[in-house]
Amino acid sequence: MSGMVERRGAGMWLSHIGMLIGIAIVCFPIYLAFVASTVEQQAIVRPPMPLLPGRHFIANYHEALVAGINAPVWRMLANSMVMALGIAFGKIAISILSAFAIVYFRFPLRQTFFWLIFLTLMLPVEVRIVPTYEVVANFGMLNSYSGLVLPLIASATATFLFRQFFMTVPDELAEAARVDGARPMRFFFDILLPMSRTNIAALFVILFIYGWNQYLWPLLVTTDPQMNTIVMGIKQMFPSGDDVANWPVIMATAILAMLPPVAVVVGMQRLFIKGLVETEK
Amino acid sequence: MSTINLISVRKSYGHAEVIHGIDMDVTDGEFIVIVGPSGCGKSTLLRMVAGLETITDGEIKIDGKRVNDLEPMDRNIAMVFQNYALYPHMSVFDNMAYGLKIAGTPKQEIGERVTTAAKMLQLQEYLSRKPRELSGGQRQRVAMGRAIVRKPAVFLFDEPLSNLDAKLRVQMRLEIKALQRELGVTSLYVTHDQVEAMTLADRMIVMNAGTADQIGAPLEVYNDPQSEFVGGFIGSPPMNFIPLALFEENQITLPKSLREQIGEDASNIKPTLGIRPEHLELCSERQGIFKGQLRYCEPLGAETLIHLGLSNGALLTIRQKAGAYTPETGADCFVFFDPDKACLFGADGKRLRAHDTMHYEEVQ
Repeated sequence: MSGMVERRGAGMWLSHIGMLIGIAIVCFPIYLAFVASTVEQQAIVRPPMPLLPGRHFIANYHEALVAGINAPVWRMLANSMVMALGIAFGKIAISILSAFAIVYFRFPLRQTFFWLIFLTLMLPVEVRIVPTYEVVANFGMLNSYSGLVLPLIASATATFLFRQFFMTVPDELAEAARVDGARPMRFFFDILLPMSRTNIAALFVILFIYGWNQYLWPLLVTTDPQMNTIVMGIKQMFPSGDDVANWPVIMATAILAMLPPVAVVVGMQRLFIKGLVETEK
Repeated sequence: MSTINLISVRKSYGHAEVIHGIDMDVTDGEFIVIVGPSGCGKSTLLRMVAGLETITDGEIKIDGKRVNDLEPMDRNIAMVFQNYALYPHMSVFDNMAYGLKIAGTPKQEIGERVTTAAKMLQLQEYLSRKPRELSGGQRQRVAMGRAIVRKPAVFLFDEPLSNLDAKLRVQMRLEIKALQRELGVTSLYVTHDQVEAMTLADRMIVMNAGTADQIGAPLEVYNDPQSEFVGGFIGSPPMNFIPLALFEENQITLPKSLREQIGEDASNIKPTLGIRPEHLELCSERQGIFKGQLRYCEPLGAETLIHLGLSNGALLTIRQKAGAYTPETGADCFVFFDPDKACLFGADGKRLRAHDTMHYEEVQ
């Protein structure tokens, strides 16, 4: 499909050059990180930095994955994966159910509950982090996956999005299901859930990345290097004081840390865009 | 197979009563059309029968069994919605089969019933399609199919044709009628379209602001409206209404039979004369009962509608055959009507009848 305004000749070339420059600006640091992850330590420390990949790709990545600096990177990747998936699925499950309750059931203080959920939108994790830490510590959930995941899975944003989506679903659909004999949960699983498919996919992408990129919370609740997540793990790799930083391994870790979110976005791109722009009714 | 009884059914939202007590007995296999303007409570009434709205007061019985407190699924009904309400992610087959699946019908029987219904509705080729791949008329058929496969005691239709274009509406109207005849299932059908009401109904309920103004066979309602509202609502173009005061002002003496209906004292009744467009005729000055000025005329092919302006500013519509003589715009026209075809309504909109005693004499 051509755009609304079709560009020809010089205009087309100019806009393409503009876009290429933009892409270069975004991609160059990532390219540098990749180059740094394929050379030896000495090559990075001695200016100028190399601009072409070196020959230590396999060695550096192998070292990062298996040995790491504090903990092997595969371990941190696994931790991050558990946390990101836990947060994404947990948030979706909880928010879709609470949105279902708020939209389809009449119960006392329904609006109050909705506004209470909505209010928490205004409180980011950082604001409530001290009391949350206190609670998690008292439950003995420090250094555990449940400690990493549970405090982050309540989501006002997702609840709100599902509520808005459910409100656009025609009432007659719920009534038709009632006439067909579907009890509420049956209606939820048979009709509402499949209809929310694309919305769920879009939210999953957003929430997976949100969970993957968590930094402050894992930093607080995990002290055991074996429980570190990858994003905080990178920071932990920086040496303190006069130690020498093993830059190639750190850069290899950074590149590895980028791969899963990229894979999720690329893999779910079609569903993701569909979920954001269209509703199927 | 099944009957429906409405016993002074009422509905209130908070303090506002929207349905003011409706009584009706529907016999087995009857096709009942509930017709009225928007906001008259016709859909609410249907939804109360369906069980989608609670019943504030009164009783609804299906097959003699009180259903006030039953869930829709336990009332043995099937409903067709205005926007079809098909499940968008299910194929046509699954849409039709969903109710049966929930009821735990064996797979083989589901298949048989859906296939039969699909054959009846010419949907066989579309069974594996999604609703969005179907045209409006086909979606409408799927919605009907969903109702048919359940073999319910009662069909409920909530303005099922109003999302279709005019031509398709006529076609589907005939199909619905044929289908209902074939299956013989008692049906309630809500519409705001009086043509649908006239053509489909065995009996119709004309609703006006939460009350049933008249219940009767279509032609009976058309020819003998019980209220000014019914006369104006049923029939297109609607019945003409002329305040009797207009005749007095212009020193026109009314035909004797009409004067008798009003009785001695007309001053506090302020009656209105209602007459259908097809019962008015243009005529010579000598025969004319009253006159008006021709404002414009609408030739429709088979017939011509002539609109006259009366001295009180009201418009009067006359329906005449296409070939008949039409005066020029602005001409004074004289109008004649058969007093027996006219209806008189009181100030409250209710029909005035000749005094009961006289009526008896006529009958005997």
